[in-house]
Amino acid sequence: MNKYDIEKELYTLDFLALDLHLYLNTHPNDREALAEYNKVAALAAQARKKYEEHFGPLHSFRCPAGEHEWNWLSEYSPWEKEFNWSFDDGGEN
Amino acid sequence: MWIYEKKLEYPVKITKPDPWAAKVIISQYGGPDGELGAAIRYLSQKYSMVTPEAKAVLNDIGTEELAHLEMVGAMVSQLTQGATAEDMKKAGLDPYYTDHGAGVYPQSAAGIPWSAMGIQSSGNPVADLYENMAAEQKAKKTYQYLLDQMTDPDVIDPLKFLREREIVHFQRFGEALRYVEDYLNAKRVFYSR
Repeated sequence: MNKYDIEKELYTLDFLALDLHLYLNTHPNDREALAEYNKVAALAAQARKKYEEHFGPLHSFRCPAGEHEWNWLSEYSPWEKEFNWSFDDGGEN
Repeated sequence: MWIYEKKLEYPVKITKPDPWAAKVIISQYGGPDGELGAAIRYLSQKYSMVTPEAKAVLNDIGTEELAHLEMVGAMVSQLTQGATAEDMKKAGLDPYYTDHGAGVYPQSAAGIPWSAMGIQSSGNPVADLYENMAAEQKAKKTYQYLLDQMTDPDVIDPLKFLREREIVHFQRFGEALRYVEDYLNAKRVFYSR
């Protein structure tokens, strides 16, 4: 998987999980949505692991942050354009 | 509590700076119908909610609004990246530049600083939920007005994402309102016996 595929997979699954989560808050007895949520959340956990292997930790204090070096720091932060990517360009930049 | 996730909810990658676009988009950062107001409104009102569904809706939508605040801040910041004092002046941002440079400050497009005067936390869950449904409609119209003025796809794409989220939130608040009204009606019947 290239960088774009890893990013796209996690962002997409996280968004699905977030939206299903909000839906389930007001439809707690919708078993179909619940099954879908559980499926998506499990896939997102796998995608998160892959993403973190590639880009470093995603959460400030919920995951290991490097064996020898503190790898929370990165050259760019999420609000900077260099950190980001676009759904449109297929990972061109 | 909150945990920071080191990514945006939806990517913002603006390759062509445009201080004029930043000047108007900043309204969704700190304007009357912006994301800061949304987050603070819902995260303050959650203490008054009376059913598990409504409590979860307020908390979780309030949390998502913080992610939207970050996205809008990223847009404003990227749109002014590398802008000189002259560029800012041409975009009508010389008053802004004087106080804030190219920093991100919570204000409306017209330059009015963010204020809690623009939100309510009434202690009444029904009143609060009606306010929130209106707030989502108001945020949606501001995103639409912004989209009407934009031409760069890098800017249009995240604005469209944010506009769509207002529609979903409106729906969820409407559902939460029904839970709260059912709960209050049931309680009234119980106490009148």
